Amino acid sequence: MSIQAHQLICQEVVEVITDYLEGAMTADLRGAFEAHLARCPHCAAYLEQLRATIRVSGTIEAEALSPQFQVRLVAAFHDWRQP
Amino acid sequence: MYPVTVRGTATGVPPDQDRELLGRLRAGDEAAFTALVDKYGPSLLRVAQLFVSSRAVAEEVVADTWLAVVTGLERFEERSSLKTWLFRILTNKAKTRGQRESRTLPFSSFVGDGDEDETAVDVDRFARDGHWTAPPRGVPEERLLAGEARGVVEAAIGALPANQRAVITLRDVEGLSAEEACNVLGLSETNQRVLLHRARAKVRTAFERYLEEDR
Repeated sequence: MSIQAHQLICQEVVEVITDYLEGAMTADLRGAFEAHLARCPHCAAYLEQLRATIRVSGTIEAEALSPQFQVRLVAAFHDWRQP
Repeated sequence: MYPVTVRGTATGVPPDQDRELLGRLRAGDEAAFTALVDKYGPSLLRVAQLFVSSRAVAEEVVADTWLAVVTGLERFEERSSLKTWLFRILTNKAKTRGQRESRTLPFSSFVGDGDEDETAVDVDRFARDGHWTAPPRGVPEERLLAGEARGVVEAAIGALPANQRAVITLRDVEGLSAEEACNVLGLSETNQRVLLHRARAKVRTAFERYLEEDR
């Protein structure tokens, strides 16, 4: 995506925001991006929501293994361990 | 008995614990095996279900993975984290299994998922000059604490196209780095980033809808 580093509009900001969070921007683009965020509360709110989404994603617990499945795994371990 | 996290992630757990458990596992210590299964099993099962159609098959893939782990312990060179190593073994097994089931696997370098024309945010929310007309309104604390945020995000992730779901699960749910996720899924950095971008955009949209309820 070719975006002029000296100007970023909101509609572009939301499309390059992942590059920003991944540290995949040139220094120029990052500067323009951060300058935009500093003066645009709407895009700052968007980033806040995106960060919150990521944070919440990280709290989703994986379902525990069923007891039967755990028994099966341990049995397989015993089979392997047998000399 | 062992301070393993319910989530089965390494977050906040020193890597030394993994090294210790692996050492004991090599010696055939069953308690070390069950500790590792408790710690990583749930995540392995979750990731397996990204690749295969049923929980039963996912369990088989996970069982095969643990067997490959104990038989291949010598091969773990500790250049990556244990978690990454486990996921790599798992995804190899899962992909083979998925292919045998002839389920369409999305993990080629081709990023096409039908979303090429989609934007992160509905174009209707912008004016023609690219500024917001219907801007987002941040994150009200009460909605975050209402307890349903997690369910909304989880459901949104579940509704994603398979390859977007895989990337966001590995990156944001399981906490792998970009490099690790690319490694596990066999994706280029760029492709991984595009998929992550699309996935996060959709999930944020669902999350915002939830935040705006009753506001």
